[in-house]
Amino acid sequence: MIHSLFLINHTGDIFLEKHWKSVISRGVCDYFLEVKEKAVEPENVPPVLQTPHHYLISIYRDKLFFLSVIQTEVPPLFVIEFLHRVADTFQDYFGECSESIIKDNVVTVYELLEEMLDNGFPLATESNILKEMIKPPTILRSVVNTLTGSSNVGDKLPTGQLSNIPWRRAAVKYTNNEAYFDVIEEIDAILDKSGMTVFAEIQGVIEACTRLSGMPDLTLSFMNPRLLDDVSFHPCVRFKRWESERVLSFIPPDGNFTLMTYHVSSQNLVAIPVYVKQNISFFETGSCGRLDITIGPKQTMGKMVEGLMVTVHMPKAVLSVNLTASQGNYTYDLATKVLVWDIGKLNPQKPPNLRGTLSVQSGAPRPEENPALDIKLKIQQLAISGLKVNRLDMYGEKYKPFKGVKYMTKAGKFQVRT
Amino acid sequence: MSASSAFNDEKGGSSSVGEPEYGHDPASGGIFSSDYKRHDDLKEMLDSNKDSLKLEAMKRIVAMVARGKNASDLFPAVVKNVACKNIEVKKLVYVYLVRYAEEQQDLALLSISTFQRGLKDPNQLIRASALRVLSSIRVTIIVPIMMLAIKEAASDMSPYVRKTAAHAIPKLYSLDPEQKDQLIEVIEKLLADKTTLVAGSVVMAFEEVCPERIDLIHKNYRKLCNLLIDVEEWGQVVIINMLTRYARTQFLNPNINESLLEEGGEKTFYGSEEDEDEDDEDKDKKAEVATMAKRKPYVMDPDHRLLLRNTKPLLQSRNAAVVMAVAQLYFHLAPKAEVGVIAKALVRLLRSHSEVQYVVLQNVATMTIKRRGMFEPYLKSFYIRSTDPTQIKVLKLEVLTNLANETNISTILREFQTYIKSMDKDFVAATIQAIGRCATNIGEVRDTCLNGLVQLLSNRDELVVAESVVVIKKLLQMQPEKHSDIIKHMAKLIDNIQVPMARASILWLIGEYCEHVPKISPDVLRKMAKSFTNEEDIVKLQIINLAAKLYLTNSKQTKLLTQYVLNLAKYDQNYDIRDRARFIRQLIVPTEKSGALSKYAKKLFLALKPAPVLESPFKDRDHFQLGSLSHLLNAKAGGYQELPDWPEAAPDPSVRNVEVKESVPEWTKCSSREKRKEKKVEKPFYSDSEGESGPTESADSESDSANGSESVSGSEVSGSGSESEESEEGSESEEEEEEEDEEKDKKKKKKELKKKPVQESESEQSSEEEEEERKHERKSKPRKSDSETESGDEEESESESSQSESDESESEAEVKKKKKAAQSKPPAKPVKTDGKKEKKEMSLLDLDDFEPAPSPQVTPVNSFLSSSLVTDLEGLSLSDSVLSPATIAPSSALKSYELLHRITGEGLSVEYCFSRQPFSPDANMVAVQIQFTNNATSDTKNLHMEDVKLQSGMRVKEFPEIELLPAGETTTAVMGIDFCDSTQAANFQLCTHTRKFFVSIQPPVGELMRPIFLTENEFKKEQGQLMGMNEITERLTLDVKCRNEHTIVQRVTTAANLSRVPCGSDKECSPPVPPPPPDHPVHRFAGRTVTSSSLVLVTVATKEEGAAQLTVNCEKMVIGTMLVKDILQALTQ
Repeated sequence: MIHSLFLINHTGDIFLEKHWKSVISRGVCDYFLEVKEKAVEPENVPPVLQTPHHYLISIYRDKLFFLSVIQTEVPPLFVIEFLHRVADTFQDYFGECSESIIKDNVVTVYELLEEMLDNGFPLATESNILKEMIKPPTILRSVVNTLTGSSNVGDKLPTGQLSNIPWRRAAVKYTNNEAYFDVIEEIDAILDKSGMTVFAEIQGVIEACTRLSGMPDLTLSFMNPRLLDDVSFHPCVRFKRWESERVLSFIPPDGNFTLMTYHVSSQNLVAIPVYVKQNISFFETGSCGRLDITIGPKQTMGKMVEGLMVTVHMPKAVLSVNLTASQGNYTYDLATKVLVWDIGKLNPQKPPNLRGTLSVQSGAPRPEENPALDIKLKIQQLAISGLKVNRLDMYGEKYKPFKGVKYMTKAGKFQVRT
Repeated sequence: MSASSAFNDEKGGSSSVGEPEYGHDPASGGIFSSDYKRHDDLKEMLDSNKDSLKLEAMKRIVAMVARGKNASDLFPAVVKNVACKNIEVKKLVYVYLVRYAEEQQDLALLSISTFQRGLKDPNQLIRASALRVLSSIRVTIIVPIMMLAIKEAASDMSPYVRKTAAHAIPKLYSLDPEQKDQLIEVIEKLLADKTTLVAGSVVMAFEEVCPERIDLIHKNYRKLCNLLIDVEEWGQVVIINMLTRYARTQFLNPNINESLLEEGGEKTFYGSEEDEDEDDEDKDKKAEVATMAKRKPYVMDPDHRLLLRNTKPLLQSRNAAVVMAVAQLYFHLAPKAEVGVIAKALVRLLRSHSEVQYVVLQNVATMTIKRRGMFEPYLKSFYIRSTDPTQIKVLKLEVLTNLANETNISTILREFQTYIKSMDKDFVAATIQAIGRCATNIGEVRDTCLNGLVQLLSNRDELVVAESVVVIKKLLQMQPEKHSDIIKHMAKLIDNIQVPMARASILWLIGEYCEHVPKISPDVLRKMAKSFTNEEDIVKLQIINLAAKLYLTNSKQTKLLTQYVLNLAKYDQNYDIRDRARFIRQLIVPTEKSGALSKYAKKLFLALKPAPVLESPFKDRDHFQLGSLSHLLNAKAGGYQELPDWPEAAPDPSVRNVEVKESVPEWTKCSSREKRKEKKVEKPFYSDSEGESGPTESADSESDSANGSESVSGSEVSGSGSESEESEEGSESEEEEEEEDEEKDKKKKKKELKKKPVQESESEQSSEEEEEERKHERKSKPRKSDSETESGDEEESESESSQSESDESESEAEVKKKKKAAQSKPPAKPVKTDGKKEKKEMSLLDLDDFEPAPSPQVTPVNSFLSSSLVTDLEGLSLSDSVLSPATIAPSSALKSYELLHRITGEGLSVEYCFSRQPFSPDANMVAVQIQFTNNATSDTKNLHMEDVKLQSGMRVKEFPEIELLPAGETTTAVMGIDFCDSTQAANFQLCTHTRKFFVSIQPPVGELMRPIFLTENEFKKEQGQLMGMNEITERLTLDVKCRNEHTIVQRVTTAANLSRVPCGSDKECSPPVPPPPPDHPVHRFAGRTVTSSSLVLVTVATKEEGAAQLTVNCEKMVIGTMLVKDILQALTQ
């Protein structure tokens, strides 16, 4: 299946290679690098490329390309999903997934890759199992290791892989047992010029953090499970219980994990928390344009809108901007032509406004399209769909865990066309 | 840069031993010498005695390997450390070894013996890792060793080692394809494995080694379907893809009737080829499709249905590859009406990473061509955002175009309008193409689109205009006569448009329709002639073309111009253009030499040309299996297995039937969910052998599907195909009429329940031959326990009305008993916890049920008196507990329960019994005597318990660790459990040095008490305190064998740990109550619950003809209720 893996940074340097079958020359990456050179944005590099003898499947994550070499037929999503899992694992282990951190931890990375694939076929991809085999580096441990010469490979042989709950580490012990659930909903929306909703939907995810001793068996139920239209689960969730009773019953992995993702059924109207009044125009004569954006609260359910931010990808011809913001501040990146207006909290009494002039390259034709606005926002303690967790019960262990549920609403792909 | 890196790599990758790395870092010249030095000190470190130095060296070496630097000259120094004790050093040596062994074959052989030793290690993980590394060493000379190792590992006890063996198969195959036949044998063996751990890996090996041997799958098909949900994600993908192919060869096309009706034309086209050798009757069939459909109704093979049903839940997987695999399975295999379910899941994937979107959209694009309706509701999910990468935009556009129809075209066009203004010009061009396609496909909007496109001709962006021109050209070809003004408009554009393709298109249009624009066309030619030399090649060709056409239609005006153009072309640099000019001159200009062709020149050039068909590039891509690499590339990738066409007639379905094997393979390590299924699987076999009737069986699967579980698993082991089909059909119809049948189901369930006791008593005879059967039975039970508890619940509420109908109560008691039996052996965990929960609820329910019972005299007095009594009695009970076991304990042997079956326990069997001895370390605990028997051939070490899981309040005193249990030996240990006066099970893990088993001990209610000594007077006094709510009375008819005093006493004391109250004494000191007639004695028993020391008083008053009345007085009502049931059962059986 997966023959080799190359990690390539955004400038095109191959800084790590790993082969699971016979060695493939890194020259094979040249095909990829050629395409990458041509593509304006790294996102535009096609994930699947064909070369005379190999197929290259790559993902772009955190300014790094994970490029895998394939020789025979394999479902492309299989490889893509696996590569993302690799990146997730690095993120999980090292806190971030960047070139420097991978270079610093190259031995751990190599050990991880060795365990994750056998002959190109995924072997252990659950982070709980991997962590049992290869302990993640911590500052303390690295100090101790250098002093004592001990290793970061678990000296106990991992048993998790053999247990009938392969996602959970065995013999977990905590002094404080706690289980936290974050219900995070994202509003995906496209609003048109006049502020009408072209398309809007809510996607949610429940991120869990469980630090519970032993083998707890949890049951999470909702007040209004009917809201959920389409769901996907972590493998630990018992699908049958969900089908029959609409409750999530599971033995959780240890630590952080994504319990479920869901889509709120389209019958429910999506509340759009803010309105955007905008006017961007470029004058036919003279090399300038005008910009005027106002954002105000619309359906916020009485909650505070925070972290409000507007991003505008200006046309190439816009040289500079001269704006005044009634609240927050703005930056304009001359190289990428991106205008970012960081507003912060939304004041319902005095809707923030950004206005001023844009100066356009003289002689260049008037940009015919107005740039779209990307909105970011956050509302704490609110799940915009109205989803509510009813209760969390624990079976199988006798201690009382500390339980917590947090709600949050965010703007996902929230775009205003102009 | 790239070229140089390739050069470097060749140096680095394939250089032989000791070759210095010139190429690597030309900038720093010193690297060469320092490299050598560094390697020297690495060698020194590797040779040292300290693990820390070795580790440091290995880390540096691995870092070199990771960077792609050549470290092959260190091979001899590294390979020496292969037997190092330090695990991390060892691991890194393995990494290095696998990387360089191919280059250093001779030296690599030195390490082989270490791995061979590892293969024999008692620890499964070490065996697995040795096999893994051994098989990864690509050295041809060790092929026989590998083969041997794989064969051995394939029959290893540990499923993990077997999994590793499955992984090793493709490795060996790629090293030496000669071994194929032998490897197939191993694959065949591993395919029969019943653990989820192995399933994915072996199917992967199957796909790489012998994907054509579809016959190997037959016997394992149903098992794979049933295991699927518990296989790890990656294995699921491989299995689903393989099963898709399998299903295509084995089942009939579920859409056969529809597809013939719908795509009749196409089908007959193919059909005529296929059927040429078939008789006429068949052709008639094709002609009268409808009649055929009536004559031969399609019935889905139950195995086909099984596959569809078992894969469906996986659409909810978090893994995009799994979702895609299921989606393609449904697309290729499901009846048309059912394919729709995949749309939602695929749309969900569009939220994922852009690479995932890219692949999913490609597949959605192909699907939308065949089944547009499926994605129509999700139209808006394909709307494009300006921040999408271009490739995603173009694919979404493709999907939107495919989805366009008369009803939604206006929304789509409005959406397209916003796209045209995008800054991303490639995307705009694609949008214009898309509009063109909508216009050709949907006649109603053709004019609107055309007008819109014409407006785009005045766009300032040249690319947009050019693309519009090209699309307009195609549209105009459909109806040129109506649009001469557009052609004129475009003729004017030629002055401004510089894009060659667009210029060429305009010229072609003018030439083609020069009759519609007779005045303009010569003028255009004039202009073109002027600029001819500066034009691009395609434009030049079209100028020649235009000239020729004009010459033919309007030679008067254009003769000279044409000749001028042709002369220019004659000396062009491009040979194509020179050729064309020469050819056209010969054709159109009549000379003496010109042949017959020139007469037909006009016909040749101005023939009516068919309008181009604008179709999706994704059309017909579905002949590749969706989700595959080949589909994505639209070209066959290496190793791609064609998706076969549906067979004309279904092959024999009985090949998938599996005979029941007498010896069950050692599949002890299976996941809990799987176990549940295994049990289900075995059920029909069991019921079959017990002579259960057909209808009951189908009812069973009905109830399954009614519970929303995957059913039909039953058909796996069933003896005959027809029977499984029957049950299958039953459950299918059931799906629709679920509710109607619910009532019926319940009745049937009850019937089943009643059937149980017979089977149970049979199994209790526990002769060696029946061992196997018992196992099946055991396994079949927990699956039921859910429904049992349910029905138990139901019946409990019935007992509220306190009928003394013995039949009713009997079944109730049995339910209890069975529940206990089911839970007292190592059952699947989740089931158990479920069951537990329901039980808890049930016991709460009990309380509720009894609460309304009126009890006026009890409470006030009770609380006052009981406290003093308790202190009073405490001393008594203490002394009694010492006394009683010796004097009053029942003489019958203690009943023992199974904790761990020897097959589940890999040779270790464990039984437990309640010894009824006081547990000395803690008086509040129930002593449980555990007997371990080691039936395995090897010793078991370090037997101990771990990970005890209890309900709140419960406590356990573990038994001391048993260090060694030699093979064939038996030993006992005693542990104490404080059950807190509840029948909740104590769950814990029984650990040996290699394994852990989840087990649970659940006490019968009778074991939760200890006997106390009371005189009859005291007994009556106490009984007087425990009236009303605390008293439970049942009438019963005593078993025929059980009417004498001795048996009654014996049975009661066996059922509950109570002591008898001496009955003669009542004559001495009980004036108030007249003694009962001597032939109808009253038997009294007393005890206290272990934890809370609540009194438990039991009275059995016998009457005429075996009638009797049982009274239990106990403060703990739950205990009382349960005790009544247990004693009732003991006395009536």
